[in-house]
Amino acid sequence: MSFKIIVLAKQVPDTRNVGKDAMKEDGTVNRGALAAIFNPDDLNALEMALEARARIPDAELSIITMGPPRAASIIRESMYRGANNGYLLTDSRFAGSDTLATSYVLAKAIETCQPSLIFCGVQAIDGDTAQVGPQIAEKLHFPQITYAEKLESVDTKKIRIRRRLERGVEMVETSLPALITVHSSAKPCRSRHAKLLMKYKHARTATELQEEKRDYTELFKKRPDLLIQEWNADAIQTDMACLGLNGSPTKVKKIDSIVLTQKESKVFSNADTDIEQLVMDLLESRVIG
Amino acid sequence: MKMNNIFVYCELTEEGKVADVSLELLSKGRKLAEQLGVKLEAILLGKDIKEAVNQLSYFNIYKIHCADDDRLFPYRTLPHAKLVQSVFENEKPEIALFGASSVGRDLAPRIASALRCGLTADCTSLEIGDYEDKKAGKTYKNLLYQIRPAFGGNIIATIINPETRPQMATVREGVMKLDPLTSLNQPQIQEIDLSLLTSVEEVVRIIDRHIDPPKVNLKGAQIIVSGGYGMGNKENFGLLRTLAAVLGGEVGATRAAVDAGFCDQERQIGQTGVTVRPKLYIACGISGSIQHRAGMDQSAKIISINNDANAPINAIADYTIIGDVVQIVPKIIQYYKQHSK
Repeated sequence: MSFKIIVLAKQVPDTRNVGKDAMKEDGTVNRGALAAIFNPDDLNALEMALEARARIPDAELSIITMGPPRAASIIRESMYRGANNGYLLTDSRFAGSDTLATSYVLAKAIETCQPSLIFCGVQAIDGDTAQVGPQIAEKLHFPQITYAEKLESVDTKKIRIRRRLERGVEMVETSLPALITVHSSAKPCRSRHAKLLMKYKHARTATELQEEKRDYTELFKKRPDLLIQEWNADAIQTDMACLGLNGSPTKVKKIDSIVLTQKESKVFSNADTDIEQLVMDLLESRVIG
Repeated sequence: MKMNNIFVYCELTEEGKVADVSLELLSKGRKLAEQLGVKLEAILLGKDIKEAVNQLSYFNIYKIHCADDDRLFPYRTLPHAKLVQSVFENEKPEIALFGASSVGRDLAPRIASALRCGLTADCTSLEIGDYEDKKAGKTYKNLLYQIRPAFGGNIIATIINPETRPQMATVREGVMKLDPLTSLNQPQIQEIDLSLLTSVEEVVRIIDRHIDPPKVNLKGAQIIVSGGYGMGNKENFGLLRTLAAVLGGEVGATRAAVDAGFCDQERQIGQTGVTVRPKLYIACGISGSIQHRAGMDQSAKIISINNDANAPINAIADYTIIGDVVQIVPKIIQYYKQHSK
């Protein structure tokens, strides 16, 4: 059996570039106004996984992502950069999952693949929780190495990783299987490869094929590797009580839009006299000096 | 129904002291415990922890669950997870708090998963309150409200765990106020059974580590000059170092400025960085996202320098200067030097 590597990746709204139209007038988030992007840390994870695959003969690298049907683009993007194939976990019964329910679904999907190594980003920019990686590791009874910054060495038995901590670095080694969460300080992901882009640009999920105008039947007969697998809750044999809102111990009690309480603010222009006045005010009140 | 106690997982620094974030959580935990009429307990795992145990005498802790063993320092996930999980299974805490550090963020989710309970990361506020589930026709009394900015900081969410225990949360260093008591108490010491640890917990080995001594002390700074993405580039950001040096302050940055490479991450202020409460906070080229404001809005005085008169930061500033920060900062330096003698 070949050595399997899984990368967990998420399609996220680009919360780092929130424009003025991102909030609706009633204070709710206008999700449509935010672009869907490849979660940045997951790209670092993909790069580390590609490096690991290069060091192990006959290793296979698969992407798993959970999301709506359009999240298939994350899998294609990964294939353009070197992933062998991918699985899209998509089911309306997954909706409303918190980190615990999400990690349950992902762990069930991973179990069907029997990987030796799992890589994922430390955290996703839409939630910043950093919880899903360790929660999956616990469910699979895998050791975890979080905040990975550099792949030092890997073979079929063990992996050695440099971790980034608040005040330094730590080199750790574990036997496999293991789950690694990759930090944003790790090597950025290689860009798309032109040949791979040509090879996989027609990769589609079954759902996407149904919406295609052009007939892919002949092409997919010749190239079964272009089919991106879609799995729903039944395909990975999940327990319905563990999915979505039912499987999520955390509940959102309320959401508040941000209300700024206006302070009595003194406004100064950039004129020299104004700035001089401000500095003198501050000196006088002993805030500075 | 009697409520169980509140637990704080205490992490150790490289120097063998209890980390500030843990002491801050003990301060908050004590107040929550008083409010709920329960007791505060601590978990402390490491080696040679005697001195650290003594540090815990000022928080009215009822009991410290501790273990002193070579395998427990430096921190590794599996031995710590195994022992903390066993304490939680025996004691069934009502609430469990962890620092949102590289240790707490590694450990807490692993335990939440094993116990199948809810966990909220990076809370900026913790409160006690009730919850009425109208659909189920049920009312829950005295839940932990876990409050945090969400969805890129465009909203603030109050998260609760109605059914599962412990109610778990992580909190960043500096968010809660360090508030030790002046009076000493003598917590009970409960040794954790180390025979729980087996070879399974030993698969991850630490080969080598390099930990630097702490470099910046943003939390202790009286004056902070902080820059955002609006500084434009690394060179302009250098102006802020000059201003900070002249005023005797420290330099801070927003996440966007750190991501853009203008400044080191250890100077990041906000929900995913440090929380500060200086006498004066000068926000330069900072628009003021909720995540950033969560880390600085308790500053005594705030000056905003921004070319956008509508930047959200201006709403919480005591003084706002509208204009080009690159021109204004040198003028402040000039007038300060001129008038400060």
